[in-house]
Amino acid sequence: MLAVVDITVRFGEITVLEGMSLELAGGEVVALVGPSGVGKSTLLRVVAGLLRPDAGSVVLDGKDITALPTHQRNIGLMFQNEQLFPHMSVTDNIAFGLRMQHQSRTAIAGRVTELLQLVGLDGFGERDIDRLSGGEAKRVALARALAPKPVVLLLDEPLTGLDRELHDRLAIDLAALLRATGTTALLVTHDAEEAAVIADRTVTMGT
Amino acid sequence: MAGPVDRDRAALTRANALPRWLVPALAALPVVVLAGLYSWPLTTLLTRVIRPSSIGDALHLPGLAEVVWFTLWQSVVSTLLTLSIGFVPAYVLARYRFVGRRVLLAIVTVPFMLPTVVVGAAFLAVLPSSWHGTARAVVVAHVFFNVAVVVRLVGAMWAVLPTDLTAAARTLGASPAQVLRHVVLPLLRPSLWAAATVVFLFTFTSFGAVRLLGGPAHPTLEVEIVRRATQLGDVDGAAVLSMLQLLALAGVVWWSARAQRRGTHALGGSSHWRHARSRRESWSVFTVGAAIAIVMSVPLLVMASRSFRLGDRWTLAAWRKLGTAEVRPGVSLGVDPIASLLTSLRFAAVAAVIAALVGGLAALAIAAAGRRGALLDIGLMLPLGTSAVTVGLGLLITFDTAPFDWRGRWWLVPLGHALVAIPFVVRALLPVLRAIPSDQRAVAATLGASPTRAWLAIDVRRVLRPLVAASGLAAAISLGEFGATTILTRAGTETMPIAIARLLGRAGELPRAQGFALATILLVVTAVVIIIVVGAAEQEGLFDARSR
Repeated sequence: MLAVVDITVRFGEITVLEGMSLELAGGEVVALVGPSGVGKSTLLRVVAGLLRPDAGSVVLDGKDITALPTHQRNIGLMFQNEQLFPHMSVTDNIAFGLRMQHQSRTAIAGRVTELLQLVGLDGFGERDIDRLSGGEAKRVALARALAPKPVVLLLDEPLTGLDRELHDRLAIDLAALLRATGTTALLVTHDAEEAAVIADRTVTMGT
Repeated sequence: MAGPVDRDRAALTRANALPRWLVPALAALPVVVLAGLYSWPLTTLLTRVIRPSSIGDALHLPGLAEVVWFTLWQSVVSTLLTLSIGFVPAYVLARYRFVGRRVLLAIVTVPFMLPTVVVGAAFLAVLPSSWHGTARAVVVAHVFFNVAVVVRLVGAMWAVLPTDLTAAARTLGASPAQVLRHVVLPLLRPSLWAAATVVFLFTFTSFGAVRLLGGPAHPTLEVEIVRRATQLGDVDGAAVLSMLQLLALAGVVWWSARAQRRGTHALGGSSHWRHARSRRESWSVFTVGAAIAIVMSVPLLVMASRSFRLGDRWTLAAWRKLGTAEVRPGVSLGVDPIASLLTSLRFAAVAAVIAALVGGLAALAIAAAGRRGALLDIGLMLPLGTSAVTVGLGLLITFDTAPFDWRGRWWLVPLGHALVAIPFVVRALLPVLRAIPSDQRAVAATLGASPTRAWLAIDVRRVLRPLVAASGLAAAISLGEFGATTILTRAGTETMPIAIARLLGRAGELPRAQGFALATILLVVTAVVIIIVVGAAEQEGLFDARSR
């Protein structure tokens, strides 16, 4: 359903990605593993449309979307450092994508409650973003990315920066959640063990 | 319960601390200056005002409502226009990196620090004569002046807005316009408030530009205060108006401080410079950059060129006649341009020395006193919130009776300039002092320096170079100061801004061209001072200084 074909990205003199290709089937969870600096996050940004590749194309359901603006792709991205909107409550963060789709107030409220339950944050709706712990912030970021039901969810080192115990617990939660929602996902990580827990298939880059 | 260990610990802390006499010794001169030249004059103004008869007389004068109304609406319109016009250059200069960016930033910033009289003269030169004496002209000059505030304050915040935050909004389906509305604008709000407040305060108390461009039909409160004090001899009325203005300003500052606190959020994540990647993006950046450069420099260039024109001829006559006060043999102009240049330079030097001395001592005292320094800190900021005309008026009516009858003394003018400049000097030095890690003095102590020696070797040493820059800033402020000077000036010691305003106010081609010539000289002198001294020191935080 998602195909990345022969992608090349250069930043000035440096070639970050060269002829990178990858395919994801519907509902599949794929992990991209490799050392830092190998272009994993760059690939995610190309798929999300935040970065225009110098060559190659991104194909979604048979359509070439390489030139489509980010906001028209419906591809979700969970950022490494969450990037929650600091001027909004937990609810408003999760509701953001739904508001962009002009959904009704009641539909949004229902979906937000559903997602808060899904990520195990019942009753956190009115919290301020800066009052969340590291693990809670990750859960909110995941809920926000899932809310508009993206065709593909991209996860950029989603569990980095957590202590070991919390990390392992969240990895299991995340794996279950992606299966339960049937989400097609592309996960970037430098942790092979984490990849094995969450993903159906692992692709190693930079060897 | 304080045991012997606690007592020993306290004794050691004290022995490691700076001696108790140091802060009072440093603060003595700044406190005397503040009390004698600011608090006392202001109290004198207040006591003049408190008599009910004078309040009644002043408030019932015909035309006052119109003055207040014009002051208010022109500053609201100027502020809104400045915000919307400054927004695009703020974005481009904050987010993009391109060749000539620093030069462009300087081109935008310098007009903000130019004397108001020079900006007024530039717009007299560039605007068609049908615009002279109109509110439009005043507003246009105000926008030109204050765009720098938006570019610097809003740009500073925009530059640290995490790039991924807007990327996150886009992956959630927000179009560029929605990103701006729902993410960027709410996060920029504190800086928008700050910029709006600064611009509002400056335009509300604007004097030079209004005096030159607004004509007699458009007085602001500030202009009206001066008119009453110097032309009508109604000092009581002027005092009432200046207190009214002070009250309004205090209210605006309080309201805006509250609004800014509410909207402030901690931002995580890094922010990246952009290089224009596509050709269209490059063109957009280039277009904005070129537009800024042209709009910001053309009025000044036209002003300079007008000094070479008489009628429709190009001539050096205006420049050649600058040295003489006579138009024709026996007919005096009443102002001597070259003498005013020398007076201005002398006053600037005196004001810079006073401001550097008092401001430097005050900054050292505030930093050394730690939390207890807040009182002096706030006290020294007060003159900043007081319009220059009010400062001048206070000095004028306080020092008019023996043994303090200083009205005729030449140094009252540079003293007024210094008073206006001191807050800027303190603002420039404090961040430098506060950025010194306390461990630096601890290191000096472990190397055998006594607390006082360590303070001299580190704090005082560190502040010397910025102090040079700050005194340059004080000199620039003094060179352009117009409000306080108008009230305090005496025949024979006119400064350049006074001479320029008089020349431009006269009928006839020659005095006008001479006014433009003198304004060009003032422009060059001030720009050189700003660029060399302030620019070289590259002190962030100095930029919000300006001459009033």
